[in-house]
Amino acid sequence: MSTAAAGVVSGQTGTRWIPVIGLEVHCQLDTRTKLFCGCEYSFGAEPNTITCPVCTAQPGALPVLNSAALEYAVRAALALNADVAPVSKFDRKNYFYCDLPKGYQISQFDLPYCTGGGIQLASGKFIRLTRIHMEEDAGKAIHDRGDATLVDLNRAGVPLIESVTEADMCSADEAHEYLTALKEIFQYIGVSDCDMEKGSLRCDVNVSVHPEGEPWRTKVEVKNLNSFRNVRASIQYEIARQIEAYETGDPAQYPEQETRLFDVAAGVTRTMRSKEDAHDYRYFPDPDLPLVTVDAVLIERQRGLLPELPVARRARYESELGLSAYDAGVMTAARDVADFFETVVRVGGDPKAAANWIANDVLRALSDPDVAASSILELLVKPNDLAELIALVGDGTVSKNAGREVLDEMLRSGARAKDVVQAMGLEQVQDTSQIDEWCRAALAGREATVADVRAGNLKAIGALMGPVMQASKGSADPQLVRAALLRIIGEEG
Amino acid sequence: MDSPELEIVKRTAALARLEITDAEARTLAPQFARILAQFQVLTSVDVEGVEPMTGATRLADVTRADEPRASLPRAATLANAPDERDGFYGVPKTIGGGS
Ligand SMILES: [Zn+2]
Repeated sequence: MSTAAAGVVSGQTGTRWIPVIGLEVHCQLDTRTKLFCGCEYSFGAEPNTITCPVCTAQPGALPVLNSAALEYAVRAALALNADVAPVSKFDRKNYFYCDLPKGYQISQFDLPYCTGGGIQLASGKFIRLTRIHMEEDAGKAIHDRGDATLVDLNRAGVPLIESVTEADMCSADEAHEYLTALKEIFQYIGVSDCDMEKGSLRCDVNVSVHPEGEPWRTKVEVKNLNSFRNVRASIQYEIARQIEAYETGDPAQYPEQETRLFDVAAGVTRTMRSKEDAHDYRYFPDPDLPLVTVDAVLIERQRGLLPELPVARRARYESELGLSAYDAGVMTAARDVADFFETVVRVGGDPKAAANWIANDVLRALSDPDVAASSILELLVKPNDLAELIALVGDGTVSKNAGREVLDEMLRSGARAKDVVQAMGLEQVQDTSQIDEWCRAALAGREATVADVRAGNLKAIGALMGPVMQASKGSADPQLVRAALLRIIGEEG
Repeated sequence: MDSPELEIVKRTAALARLEITDAEARTLAPQFARILAQFQVLTSVDVEGVEPMTGATRLADVTRADEPRASLPRAATLANAPDERDGFYGVPKTIGGGS
C-alpha cells in the first residue's frame, strides 16, 4: 500500500481508500483548584491526599464552579476562533466505574459552552471544531498491583476541556499536525501544560475508510491515546486494518462500530467494547449547578490576554526576520523559547544567528545535567548575554567554535560573554603582522604545496591553514589567515 | 421474546447495576408500564413556543474564586472505605469499564 496525497491506494486491488479521521482531545486546565471544589491538585501526589467531600461524592456535598476554569475555557475557545455561548449548562453523564465516585461525571451535553472554530494546517486545510465542553476528570484506577483494583481519587474533579473535531482529517499526519497545533496554542495561552506524560492531554480518535467517491463507512473509536506517537501509530494501524478487512470481500469481517484500545507494546488496536455494550449515559441537567453565563466583559478580558499565537509568529519570523520555515517552527514551538528569541533580536542580536544559536546550542543545554535547567527561562544565560555573544562572533572577535566554548562556560557560570572570552584567552588574533609572521613560517619548507596553489588549486590552501592555526594555538582569525596566505603566495610568485 | 416493558425493566436494572430475578422483573414490568403511562400525560401539553427548561434553578453566575481550601486528611476519607490498601481504595478487579 502506498500513501498518496489523498488516501491510500491498495496494492492488491488498486482501490483508492480515503481515511476519515476525527479527534477528541481532553486537556487538563492549569487552574490551582479542581472544577467544583477547593482541592489543590498536583500531579504525582500521594494517593487520596487531595480529596474532599465534594470530589469524593459524600452525601450532601455541593459543587460550585471554579471561575478560573471558566475563564481558561473561554480563553481556549477564543484562541481557536470559536463561538462562546452566552448560556450553557452542566449535565450528568451517568456510568458506573470505580474511578467515578458519584456514579456520574459532570460534563456538558446539549448546551456546551463553545461551538465552532478550528485550526488551519500548513497545507491551508481547515480542521473544524464541532464543539468544546467543560467537564470534570475521573480518578485513577490501577489494575496491575495485586488481586484488587486500586483507586486514587486525587484527579477526580480536575477541570478538563474536551475539544471535538469534525471528521475533517484524512491521514495520521494531518491528525498529528492538528494535535501539535492544538497543544501549542493551549500552552501559548497558558491554560494547560498539555503534558501527555502526566496525562494532562489525552486523545481519542475516530477512524473510518471508504473507497474514493463512495459514502462514508463504519467508524471505529480508539480511546486513551497518551502520546503523539501512539496517536499516529494507532491511526495508521486502523487505516490498514480496516482496508484489509474490507478487501477480504467478506462482510462478516468488515469493521464494526466499536471502541478499541491501542496496545502500545504490540502496536495494534484491540476491541474494548462492541456496539451492544455501548454506554447509555442517560444525560440529564445537573440540578446542583446553575446555568453558566458568559458575558461580553469576561470574553473581552480573556481576549485581551491572548498572546500572538504560534502560526502568526511563525509567519512573522519568516517574513520580517528572514528565518527559514524550519527555524521559525523551532523558535515558535514553545512560547518561552519564542519570547527568548524575540528578546535576543530586540536587543540587537542578528535573527538568523540567534535562531541558530538557540536551536543548536541553547535548547540542547536544557538536557545537560551540568546546566540543570528545565526551561529556557531558568538558564543562567539571558537574552542580553546571548545577543552579546552573537555580536562577538559576528565581528570576528571570537570564532564560531570558540563561541561555543564561551557559551558552555556562560551556561555553567552565568558569566558574561566578554568576560569569558577574556578569561579563556579566546579572542581571535586579528593583528595582521602577527598573522603574516605565522604564515611565512608555515610556507617555509612547503614549496610543493605553494606551487600547487599557484597552479590554481585553491583547495591546497587548506594544507597550509592547519600549521598556521596550530602555530597561533587556534587564536588566529581563519578568514584573515586565508587572505594572508593567498596574498603572500601571490606576492612571492 | 420479552414484552417491551420487561425489556425496559431489565435494561434499567442493568444500567443501575441492580441484580433482579426474572420473577421480580415480571412483577415490576406492569408497574413500570403504569408509571410510564402516567408520564405520557405530559406529552399532551401544548408546548408550542415555550422555551425548553434547561435546569431546575433560575440561579446563574454562582462561582467561586480559584483559591485552595484544605483537603481532607487521607485517614479520614479512607476510614469509610471497606477495603483500604497502601493509601488506595481497594475494589474488586475491574478493567476497562471507564468512560
Ligand atoms: Zn475536593
